[in-house]
Amino acid sequence: MTDRSAIPLKVEQLSIRYHHKPVLTDVSFEVPAGKTVAIIGPNGAGKSSLLKGIMGLTPVIQGQALFFGEPLDKKRLTTAYVPQREEIDWDFPIDVMDVVLMGRHGQLKFWQRPNQNDRDIAEKALWDLQMSDFSDRQISQLSGGQQQRVFLARALAQQASLYLMDEPFAGVDVATEKAIIELFKQLKAQGNTVVCVHHDLNTVHEYYDYAVLINARLIAAGPVDEVLTKDNLNKTYGGRLSLLNEMTEQLYRSQLNQAHDQD
Amino acid sequence: MPSIENWILDLWIIATASLVAASCAMVGVFLILRRQALMGDAISHSVLLGIVLAYLLAGTNTLWVMLTGAVIIGLLTAWLSESLHKLSRLQSDASIGIVFTLFFSIGVILVSLYTGHIDLDQECVLYGEIAFVPFDTVIWGDMETGTDLGPRAFWLILIVFTLVALSIAIGFERLKTVTFHPSLAVSLGINITFWHYFLMTLVSMTTVASFDAVGAILVVALLIIPASSAYLLATSLKRMLWLAIAYSQGSVWIGYALSYWLDSSIAASIAVSAGALLALTLMVIQIRKWIQQQHYAKQLQSGESA
Repeated sequence: MTDRSAIPLKVEQLSIRYHHKPVLTDVSFEVPAGKTVAIIGPNGAGKSSLLKGIMGLTPVIQGQALFFGEPLDKKRLTTAYVPQREEIDWDFPIDVMDVVLMGRHGQLKFWQRPNQNDRDIAEKALWDLQMSDFSDRQISQLSGGQQQRVFLARALAQQASLYLMDEPFAGVDVATEKAIIELFKQLKAQGNTVVCVHHDLNTVHEYYDYAVLINARLIAAGPVDEVLTKDNLNKTYGGRLSLLNEMTEQLYRSQLNQAHDQD
Repeated sequence: MPSIENWILDLWIIATASLVAASCAMVGVFLILRRQALMGDAISHSVLLGIVLAYLLAGTNTLWVMLTGAVIIGLLTAWLSESLHKLSRLQSDASIGIVFTLFFSIGVILVSLYTGHIDLDQECVLYGEIAFVPFDTVIWGDMETGTDLGPRAFWLILIVFTLVALSIAIGFERLKTVTFHPSLAVSLGINITFWHYFLMTLVSMTTVASFDAVGAILVVALLIIPASSAYLLATSLKRMLWLAIAYSQGSVWIGYALSYWLDSSIAASIAVSAGALLALTLMVIQIRKWIQQQHYAKQLQSGESA
């Protein structure tokens, strides 16, 4: 079993290049257990590449990622990855249930078929994301938000302890956004860890406990309250000042509102 | 008057064509879904080099020698085109085009250089001649007293068909996952490189076994067209496989009748029938869509008037 007290994800001096162009240089940080973590930074900062590098989906030129203190190969099943929706052919002839069942494949040998237990787990995962009614639906007939929920249900069916998600909130409807927030709560309550690439600065405070700021390098990593400072945001989003000022203003306002709410 | 012997000849031809079409349809499904249709084209051509080299090196054309030669060259084609693409940053379809045409041309040159030694002519390589399939038979025992077991091409494709069907049946779930979503498969710890080359092995075996019957060009039609027709209708991978097989068998039967009627090439007629079935399927889908739209429009109108 996975040791709950161990650090779920530790990234050590990770560097990634694409065609000799540096994408990420010397990124190191640790993610505490049982928290929701946002990876934030401007477009092209290497957020998705960081996640892919961690999962071994893109070659890294230096550094490594440790999962509960061990390399990924030993901890495959405790780590679930949710890629961006655009990656696959949504016209593929397959229904929702079959996609969710793929989350169980890590536990199956190549000649084995999913059994009733796997089906029960998949059904529970769909129920958790309010997608039970869609289990027989062709994936080509789903809306963007529903597609995202199918991906999340699949990750949930893997019954992992660490969840890495690439922009789960991108382009989803309100119902899906609520479903994802519910999912975060549920996963945290079970002591699981969620790491997401996130691009909406306004919601970071609301959804996440912890933030990792990157822009080709690591800018800061730590609890949201500590690292989301004007100074750090300036370093991360430097050069996009007008946009940034507006954003920080919004950010302070939302923090202020939260403070009022707590009173 | 058609004699019993003629009937048997026809039967061998149809049986061989059916197995060729069914095997091609099954591997074709994965090529279509993985967007590797061009790779099917490439391997079907470059296996010629494999056959010729295997024959020149081993000195015989037994089934296993041919299969091994074809699989090695098929895998080499897949590997070289991918390496060329990565190394040179050429488009992946350009890389495939470069590698397979090179292999095929070397094969053609070797065939013309060693015409005397090889039981292959260029015409046959390109177009195949399924009508001659029954005359090249496997004989059990010695040449004079042994039992005639039937056409060589039939036995070769029967072996390949069995291997392909078994592989897909056993590895079905894995093949589904790596085809649907490679990066998910990687994150689950599945070795996608292995499954890629495994599929390429199946494609190589299928194309070499189809070579005698339909030649290098028309095998592409059988790899791609029935699977494409199935893609238009299928709701699951399993159904797509069955539909592709059904389409391939339909093409064989209609094609055989067509060639009989026109007294023309059997393989070409089969390919034409496959294309016609695809066109028909597209038409039916379009008409159904149109009827549905009319239906909705009517509903909307009656809703307004009510």
